[in-house]
Amino acid sequence: MASGTSLPLEYSTKQNEMNILGFWIFLGAEIVLFSTLFAGYAVLEHNTAGGPAGSDIFIMKDVMIQTFLLLTSSFTCSLAIHQMRNNNLKGLITWLLITMALGLGFLYMEINEFIHYVHEGATMQTSAFLSAFFTLLGTHGAHVTLGIGWLTLLIIQLVKRGITPVTARKTFIISLYWHFLDVVWIFIFTFVYLKGLM
Amino acid sequence: MEKTNKIFPGKMVFGFFLSIVMTVLAAIVFYTDFTSSVKLWIIGALAIFQAGVQLIMFMHMNEGKSGMINTINIVYSVFIAAVIVAGSIWILSTGHAAHY
Repeated sequence: MASGTSLPLEYSTKQNEMNILGFWIFLGAEIVLFSTLFAGYAVLEHNTAGGPAGSDIFIMKDVMIQTFLLLTSSFTCSLAIHQMRNNNLKGLITWLLITMALGLGFLYMEINEFIHYVHEGATMQTSAFLSAFFTLLGTHGAHVTLGIGWLTLLIIQLVKRGITPVTARKTFIISLYWHFLDVVWIFIFTFVYLKGLM
Repeated sequence: MEKTNKIFPGKMVFGFFLSIVMTVLAAIVFYTDFTSSVKLWIIGALAIFQAGVQLIMFMHMNEGKSGMINTINIVYSVFIAAVIVAGSIWILSTGHAAHY
């Protein structure tokens, strides 16, 4: 059954290997998708059209909390995969639930942040800067939201079926997705928030 | 299934430690008195390095039979991304756009 004795369960079938490779190629496309949004933001960043600039609305403390929430969730997600590879279903589900809770915490912070901006008169229609900002951040936030829904369904499946080659592959793929979202956030943190606050 | 991993996830803990250190470093650099462009180069480098940590330590990019294909694919995507971002900034901040 297993094609490679040293490789973990999620690579155990040809189908699994291909699905994981396919997902990596999808992530390559996602990198390019986000790069266009970053490019748009970088170009339009100073066109505030009389509205607030980044330094007027960004709050360093909140950004740091969001960053640490997502960073920690990426770590707990890697621990979940570690548990999966030790064939520990309970540990896997526990870490996935913690990952999801941290993701929800991040989302709560981000939605609050957006509501706060809108109340300050910084909406998507205010300026080119804010259009680019909300598009970039919104796309990332939508990915996180999708990830949480996906994770919920997967946890249900894991509870029902346990760790099989199919569920192991699915779990590994969502872990790739989750880590990728953290990678995108690192660049948002650096080139949107820190740069904007300078 | 045989246990192929050690019980203590050393690699992940180390990766997390590196990520925290780099995030905190970026925040510290942010508060220093260097000029904005110097700070931006430093935190930009930290971001790229941290992304590498995620890809290799958390995502196991070079693992499995397709490890090399994954790596080539991601390096190519990053190249395209860099061209799109740097190219857009370059084109739209020089030439006609800057002198109309």
